[in-house]
Amino acid sequence: MDNIICIECPLGCDISVEQHDGDLFITGNACPRGERYARQEATDPRRVLTTTVFIQGATHPMLPVKSARPLPKERVDECLQTLATVSVTAPVQCGDVICSDICGTGIDIVATRTMEAQ
Amino acid sequence: MQADVAVIGGGPAGLAAALEAAEHADDVVLLERDGELGGILPQCIHHGFGNFIFGERWTGPEYAQHYVDRVHASIIDVLTDTMVLDIAADKTITAVTPHRGVFTVKAKAIVLAMGCRERTRSQIRLPGPRPAGIYTAGTAQRLINIEGTMPGSRAVILGSGDVGLIMARRLTWEGATVEGVYEIMPHPGGLTRNVVQCLHDHDIPLHLGHTVTDIHGTRRVEAVTVARVDEDMQPIPGTERNIPCDTLILAVGLIPENELSRDAGISLDPATGGPAVDQHMETTQPGIYACGNVVHVHDVVDDVTIAAQTAGHHAARAAGDPQPGHAAPVQPGRNVSYVVPQRVTAADTDVRFYLRVQRERRNAAVMVHGDGDLLHEQRERVVRPPEMVTLTVPAEKLQHVKNINVEVHDG
Repeated sequence: MDNIICIECPLGCDISVEQHDGDLFITGNACPRGERYARQEATDPRRVLTTTVFIQGATHPMLPVKSARPLPKERVDECLQTLATVSVTAPVQCGDVICSDICGTGIDIVATRTMEAQ
Repeated sequence: MQADVAVIGGGPAGLAAALEAAEHADDVVLLERDGELGGILPQCIHHGFGNFIFGERWTGPEYAQHYVDRVHASIIDVLTDTMVLDIAADKTITAVTPHRGVFTVKAKAIVLAMGCRERTRSQIRLPGPRPAGIYTAGTAQRLINIEGTMPGSRAVILGSGDVGLIMARRLTWEGATVEGVYEIMPHPGGLTRNVVQCLHDHDIPLHLGHTVTDIHGTRRVEAVTVARVDEDMQPIPGTERNIPCDTLILAVGLIPENELSRDAGISLDPATGGPAVDQHMETTQPGIYACGNVVHVHDVVDDVTIAAQTAGHHAARAAGDPQPGHAAPVQPGRNVSYVVPQRVTAADTDVRFYLRVQRERRNAAVMVHGDGDLLHEQRERVVRPPEMVTLTVPAEKLQHVKNINVEVHDG
């Protein structure tokens, strides 16, 4: 049985998810959004990864980036390790792909701001 | 120089106010003391911004970029590296830049958008020596996300507001150990989303009802003492314990930055720490408007943008035609710590009220009374002090009202 705190609204319902014969039994949620969230969290938890990579030739040494879609939660650390070694060169446009198909997840890492060359 | 509208501050409030003013006025100038626009957003690299306005969960830099690109494509005169020193009663702004020294801007209307500052160690009266390794959360965030420098390797975080929670995850992701987050209140200060995704995901303990009572170390922080607190938030003798660490991060609240407003003779609301405004975001000085965290500290940037658009719109209108009028004061009543706006002038459009409650309640009713009559009621499933409540009251209900009271009832 999983206990999940719902993050969909300020109520923060304590939801429990039980599995019987392949079916999920979700209780404790006050609304359908809670059920959807708990089902996702119990079967395929995902997180948006936001971090920085090195950038050469810009006003700042770090470029903020994110995963274009939520990554499987258990792959986040591995992706962070990979991104810690990435360095790009200015100029970069907001939305540019910095690292495609990160760690074979099929998800791209994109720049979240524009940085001009200095 | 001269301007129809001068906006002070280039964060999310200033950007949106300047853009809206530029729709209605010819000469709009934006003065920003940093070298680039965006305010605090470029260092808030996590996502969740813009959900309300755009239906997106952008990162802070993306939210800023959206408005910065529009400002650069507009008629707005942008002055970065420009520090405003003074605002005179006749709306003459004195500022200084490295390029042109001291200069003045004579404006027809002004929008204050200076944002807020973090509370520091001295403001929470944290005793002990003064070694290196003590940072406000925003400073640590800037070091990591903008400058690429780690503030330390083993951290204790005091304060569980969203900034503290976000920094707990950020430090962990960058390889530091976070020993725990300590919160003096009996409940977390930040959103449930951040408690779950920043702390639970990384097994970082949250110690409610605790505070830091001492700091140890001479050159560098070596440990902090933490203790449980009683109902009056006083440390309980005998509950102290030492936590070895090299870094103490303070996430202990934000204060609107109003030195300029005060010197300009603008009345501040002691409950918010910001200028008292009407529903057009006009301060008590005619022609001087204010918006964003300089007025009151917001939870989400979308609300800052919305209020800034109102301020920019009316500042541009006031630049051509000042609109004085009778004002009905707005009083915070039962279970309300503050309400913005603090007064409503002749209501020509629907009025959006922002308020914070004093105590958490489930199934609450937010009630707006005018001269004792119930004008508007809004039901909330839950109200909590960290989460701002907003409600919109139709213009026709507020006409001819002399006193407005906003309260939150149980059940």
